[in-house]
Amino acid sequence: MNPSLFTVPMENYIALSAVVFFLGVTGVIVRRNPLIMLMSIELMFNAANLALVTFAKAWVNNTGHIFAFLVITVAAAEAAIGLAIVVVLFRKRTNVDVDEVAVLKG
Amino acid sequence: MIVFWILALFLIGTGVFTITAQKPVHSVVGLLGNFIALAIMYLTLNAEFLAVIQIVVYSGAILILFVFVIALLSSGVKPFDVGPDRMPKILWPAILLGIIALGTIVSSLLRTTAAPVTSSTRALYGQTGDANAFGSVTDFGTALFTSNLLPFEITALILMVAVIGVVLIAGDDAPARTKPKARNIPREPIAR
Repeated sequence: MNPSLFTVPMENYIALSAVVFFLGVTGVIVRRNPLIMLMSIELMFNAANLALVTFAKAWVNNTGHIFAFLVITVAAAEAAIGLAIVVVLFRKRTNVDVDEVAVLKG
Repeated sequence: MIVFWILALFLIGTGVFTITAQKPVHSVVGLLGNFIALAIMYLTLNAEFLAVIQIVVYSGAILILFVFVIALLSSGVKPFDVGPDRMPKILWPAILLGIIALGTIVSSLLRTTAAPVTSSTRALYGQTGDANAFGSVTDFGTALFTSNLLPFEITALILMVAVIGVVLIAGDDAPARTKPKARNIPREPIAR
């Protein structure tokens, strides 16, 4: 394996992580479809994971990997619960727009 | 280096596609490409186990969950997406804010000199696939089950809470009391 392929500064990875994270933020803010909003949240989780793995490699410490593992678990739980909420909303109405859903408002 | 740039462009491209696609199914496909590219990127970062987990858990489980929900919900209902962006007032401030935040991160990155992810400490990493190297499955598993056992247990707790929550939220309120009708299916005799 050519080692020159791996001489990427850490800043590049972190900047990429920031870009992907803000793509997710944009998706959550702009889109009104709850499914696509959930997918944007997944994008943000992934960006955070990329940063964690990058730091883990930079400091040769695999606590970052453990953290990323935890984040993946949380993402799975979040997707399951979010999709359950979407399914319940769809049972009540045929048209899901998060602006029109105020059931959970306190 | 070239691998990084290809993957980075692919990640950003699929991310943009994910948040701009009109149909959620297209978004799922974009997200799938994103996850796979990220898994390859984990491999270049010596995180073998996480790369596999990324494929199995994300593209295998979470995305399939999305696909199931889309298939379940979008049959016979009105157009799924009412409008891609119905917040024109907030759109430009949001983009501005995003650019400012991104600029903050990038500029702070440019001003710090962090440890490069390079071959300088490569002796510590070892070759990908080496069982004793940093980030290998052995390394990860040892760390997970010795010094980080509590986070692992918390992971199990989170998953259990998620399962209970999903059943509470989406389960039937009133389970059917009546017995299901016996189906009357004419059958071929098994043996004549």
